[in-house]
Amino acid sequence: MKYIYELHKTMLARNLILVYEGEFTQEITKSVLAMAERNMDSMGEESGIKRKVFNVMVECLQNIVKHSDDFSKQSEQKPTAIFMIGKQDNAYIITSGNPIKNEDVDNLRSKLDQINGLDKEGLKQLYKDIIKSTSLSEKGGAGLGFVDMARKSGNPLEYDFERLDDQYSFFSLRTKIAKE
Amino acid sequence: MQIINLEGTEDTPKIILDKNNGIFEVSGRSLPEDSAEFYQPVLDWLEAYKEEANSSTDFVFKLEYFNTASSKLILDLLSQLEEIEGVTVHWYYHEDDEDMQEAGEEFSELVEVPFEFKTY
Repeated sequence: MKYIYELHKTMLARNLILVYEGEFTQEITKSVLAMAERNMDSMGEESGIKRKVFNVMVECLQNIVKHSDDFSKQSEQKPTAIFMIGKQDNAYIITSGNPIKNEDVDNLRSKLDQINGLDKEGLKQLYKDIIKSTSLSEKGGAGLGFVDMARKSGNPLEYDFERLDDQYSFFSLRTKIAKE
Repeated sequence: MQIINLEGTEDTPKIILDKNNGIFEVSGRSLPEDSAEFYQPVLDWLEAYKEEANSSTDFVFKLEYFNTASSKLILDLLSQLEEIEGVTVHWYYHEDDEDMQEAGEEFSELVEVPFEFKTY
């Protein structure tokens, strides 16, 4: 039974106000968003930061949902992912972790590095370039979500890849939204 | 023309497209699971409206939030409006919502349609 207390302590130490681990769907996304919103409301959070946190949460959660679609078609194992919200004195930290295919790692890494290398104006331009060139059928992919997260956060998107086996790596992403 | 009247939900916007009464409005939250599928009837409706548009069309956006997948579809919608004579887009944003204001400004730079910005 010790793990319960350990988990509890970890959550407190990391100031985690919400942790979800499991399957990700649009319904789960809505529930997680509703919980986080209620949580921020009850803490009397300022509306500007609430909107930014909501924004980053949506892109983060829907990225995972879109990605788990790719998986369930071809493999019997249902991949699970983790999503967390941390609250510090002066910032919210949105983190997520999900398995992705090894072959997608390089592409994702270069996309994130490109985004992290841009300033506010550069991100705005990249956003406009992507939105203009993305076709309807692409379901809003092409990294628009990451660009938006970087714009709303105003900080670099921290990431890491942990190789799981021949096929998959675990992709961790951490976005910090500072309070003004 | 048939009226499109969709109630807003926690992840889809309220949409009214009513040619006879001159009401064209998208409002609320837009983060549907499949935004292309959700907006297709709206794009189809505008395609038909183009052929028999009113002399002036005031199209209202009063969005509280939209995700990036929806932003692509909103741009497609605005591109449809580009082809209609006498269109004005009324972009509403909450008075302290700079991001929504900026989003509207960016859309206005991407299409050749007059925008009016208003706070609520």
